[in-house]
Amino acid sequence: MAYHNPPTTPRKSATFDDYTLSEIRRAAATGIYDIRGAGAKRKLPHFDDLLFLGASISRYPLEGYRERCDTSVVLGSRHAKKPIELKIPITIAGMSFGSLSGPAKEALGRGATIAGTSTTTGDGGMTEEERGHSKTLVYQYLPSRYGMNPRDLRRADAIEVVVGQGAKPGGGGMLLGQKISDRVAEMRTLPKGIDQRSASRHPDWTGPDDLEIKILELREITDWEKPIYVKVGGARPYYDTALAVKAGADVVVVDGMQGGTAATQEVFIENVGQPTLACIRPAVQALQDLGMHRKVQLIVSGGIRNGADVAKALALGVDAVSIGTAALVALGDNDPRWEAEYNALGTTAGAYDDWHEGRDPAGITTQDPELMKRVDPIAAGRRLANYLKVMTLEAQTIARACGKNSLHNLEPEDLVALTIEAAAMAGVPLAGTNWIPGKNGF
Amino acid sequence: MPATPMSKAEREQGDARVFDLSQHSLRELNEALHKLTPGSNETAWEVLNPKGSHSVAVGVDQPITIDVRGSVGYYCAGMNDGAAITVHGSAGPGVGENMMSGLIVIKGDASQYAGATGRGGLLVIEGNASSRCGISMKGIDIVVHGNIGHMSAFMAQSGNLVVLGDAGDALGDSIYEARLFVRGKVESLGADCIAKEMRPEHIELLQGLLDKAGVTGVKASEFKRYGSARKLYNFNIDNADAY
Repeated sequence: MAYHNPPTTPRKSATFDDYTLSEIRRAAATGIYDIRGAGAKRKLPHFDDLLFLGASISRYPLEGYRERCDTSVVLGSRHAKKPIELKIPITIAGMSFGSLSGPAKEALGRGATIAGTSTTTGDGGMTEEERGHSKTLVYQYLPSRYGMNPRDLRRADAIEVVVGQGAKPGGGGMLLGQKISDRVAEMRTLPKGIDQRSASRHPDWTGPDDLEIKILELREITDWEKPIYVKVGGARPYYDTALAVKAGADVVVVDGMQGGTAATQEVFIENVGQPTLACIRPAVQALQDLGMHRKVQLIVSGGIRNGADVAKALALGVDAVSIGTAALVALGDNDPRWEAEYNALGTTAGAYDDWHEGRDPAGITTQDPELMKRVDPIAAGRRLANYLKVMTLEAQTIARACGKNSLHNLEPEDLVALTIEAAAMAGVPLAGTNWIPGKNGF
Repeated sequence: MPATPMSKAEREQGDARVFDLSQHSLRELNEALHKLTPGSNETAWEVLNPKGSHSVAVGVDQPITIDVRGSVGYYCAGMNDGAAITVHGSAGPGVGENMMSGLIVIKGDASQYAGATGRGGLLVIEGNASSRCGISMKGIDIVVHGNIGHMSAFMAQSGNLVVLGDAGDALGDSIYEARLFVRGKVESLGADCIAKEMRPEHIELLQGLLDKAGVTGVKASEFKRYGSARKLYNFNIDNADAY
């Protein structure tokens, strides 16, 4: 019997994988780069690569349901007359009205308020929905200055000077014309229906020395009442943190590359900036070197999903974390109940990231009056509050197991890393060893 | 330019509240201004010895007059909402940034970013303005008696910028709906900014602004108008070379 030549199994390239091929075809067909939200999707070193050790003979735990584990945090005690006091160290990150619908902003305010934390405006000014429903509201001061005015500055509980964000350190924004409703256009002082570019640099200051003077102006306008945050993308966390402190910030916010409800080019999201995990220790180190750790608070964002992530960030020296993507999911974003509509948009629940296009089936990242009705701000706010409370309970569970009566007592010594990369980035030993890569010359 | 001293008559008039920055802190000045209420009788203020201080008279929200006797640093009159503020000297960067309403007059020159992101009111610079004058302006009117520097009216959204002298490079780059009127030479225009026809309504508008700014001996017809070609309003890959 003749032996036929056996065929080899068709093999696809690891370099030119299906996604890459589809992106080349898409670019060739459309002549424009892909823009999307949702932050870096590639696999990155992250909190999953860290583990807590828990209690042992030398460390004893706290009783899970009986012994108190404090979760509160005070932000802005350095200079502000009225620092912010939060019940939990998880805040809601800045997301603009314009990007998000009015009901979605209201839901964020409601959820954050029930849970005892703050929410944040975005690149589109302050809306009544969010001011009215947010006990504590952080007002972003952005390069575009869309909607900026002194009345809202004084109605805010804190001011966040945004230098950059994790999705695009060094990049500006673009809100496509289809999301520019009459109301969005009015708030941004631009004609309806045109693409709105957000500048990447502030119009009236450049560099740390100017920033110091700009912060002085904001303090003078608000009579030194409001805490002033400075938010940077995860680019040079050591120096950016140090310079923000030098410029007079009360709070430094560092946003890693997994962060990004902001829409920008796929190539930007995936290739610029550092992972959240890589940003934390340099930022903490900068504060420690300046003697400002715990005096200037550090907030970290980008890929925070659960109480373990919160606890790990705090153990590495962070004062609070911030969530954006996870908050939208809690409101109902990417819910499989809309699968048929996601399919019609050429995607699937869990992968939908064209938040900038205004056709969000979940009704969150849209200005379409019919779609936005799908968000019930009360119910969605309740879901967000539930989620925030679960994350807090989870973080407390871990902290108690480590013998800590406050989340802020967690420390790097409670952690080990599963990979050499994570060990090096977090500055904690590789599991099963006492080796911290890069420390003591090894 | 040197500070204009108060005249003897002004001193004797005594109805202005005089605030000497060599005796009191900046914070005291701004807090005192912010405490004013609509019914206040303290409608005339005089600030002495600013000596280049930053953030002089920022966030004022009452219709009072403030005369600053000397030159100021960054962000003087920032976010002004209704006051008439005169600087009898020159102003540092960002004078009148994000003004909401009211009047700011700079007797001398102004540094970078004058009137940045301003939303309303009138900013008059009797000397020259440096680069990025009117950057990202959102409704403010700016009248400059002298020249303006490069990248002025960058991403200017709305309002009017009037320049009696010359404009530097890349005027009106990425401009939206703001109107630019320049009497002298324009070094170059930025992306999507073009010269436009001066129609009667523009002459009328410009004449009104010149009158409001106290400009005499200059006719609106001597100016050229510049504004957006509106080619970059919606992204098109074939325009990528323009950026």
